[in-house]
Amino acid sequence: MKRWYMVTVVGKDRPGIVAGLTEALYRGGANLGEASMARLGGNFTIMLMVQIDAEANELERLMAPLARELALRVHVDAIEGRLHEHLEPNVRIAVYGADRPGIVAQVTEALAGAGLNILDLESDVAGTEAEPIYIMTIDGYARDGVGVLEAALAPIRAGGIEVRLTPIDTLVG
Amino acid sequence: MAVLEVLHYPDARLKQVSAPVTEFAADLRRLLADLEATMRAYPGCVGLAAPQVGRFQRIAIVDVSSRPGVRHNGRLVLVNPQVLERGGEVVGREGCLSVPDYTGNVARAGHIRLRAQDATGGYREYGCVDYEARAVQHELDHLDGLLFLDRLVSRRDLFRRKVYK
Repeated sequence: MKRWYMVTVVGKDRPGIVAGLTEALYRGGANLGEASMARLGGNFTIMLMVQIDAEANELERLMAPLARELALRVHVDAIEGRLHEHLEPNVRIAVYGADRPGIVAQVTEALAGAGLNILDLESDVAGTEAEPIYIMTIDGYARDGVGVLEAALAPIRAGGIEVRLTPIDTLVG
Repeated sequence: MAVLEVLHYPDARLKQVSAPVTEFAADLRRLLADLEATMRAYPGCVGLAAPQVGRFQRIAIVDVSSRPGVRHNGRLVLVNPQVLERGGEVVGREGCLSVPDYTGNVARAGHIRLRAQDATGGYREYGCVDYEARAVQHELDHLDGLLFLDRLVSRRDLFRRKVYK
């Protein structure tokens, strides 16, 4: 029986990892679903949904030769999820400021308390080594509306973090 | 009026260029009525182009008047539409009846001026801004075989624009 797994792969970045990984999965009879790859701090990272008629350890074996060759760490989880489960965001939140510990925790705690479900989050540290800046974008669904989020963010802004909320009104045509 | 079947990508017909309308007769009026009935059958849908229902003619309808706080021209019937001017660039999120279960960010002109014929063949000009301009550009793309998937931009592009503009 075909089932879905979440495959997480981490390693030192180099060209050809996605190609090698997906080729091994394809040859092994797997089908890919949604995936998200990011280069984080020079590391290659990917999470991808893999559907295959096999046990988790068999799926791991498919990727083992490549993992050895490229020194990748591979993790496999059986998942309940399936495709066509997208949720539509109704707000985008752009955050930036001088980097310091606690920005993400403070911003997301305020947002969660105001009814935000985060659907997508991406962040970077930019600027210079001496003066790093933290930049984050979030797409989410504000259960109680964007106005409630604005109010909840006032203390964050007072602390010197720039936060911009943009309602998302998805056009369907 | 009839609610017509909407084509879904990967139906290759959605990628073809539609032909100009030359006959302004009862058939056109019937198609316009069916397009409107089909658009209204989908809650939240603000526009529909003839090729989306398998009619490969340069016809689209747009009506964003139901959206709160949006400047609009009411119900637009666009036959053989042509964009005369465009300006500005705004990124916004779009979805499409012909591309179920996906939405993405697309850069569009923030304001456009267009000329189109109406149901009787008379020429009209419209100025559209913001959300309505986006809807018109989305529908006009269909007439050239383009989907919003052809114009996706990343969130990163969006953020840079917003920060540094």
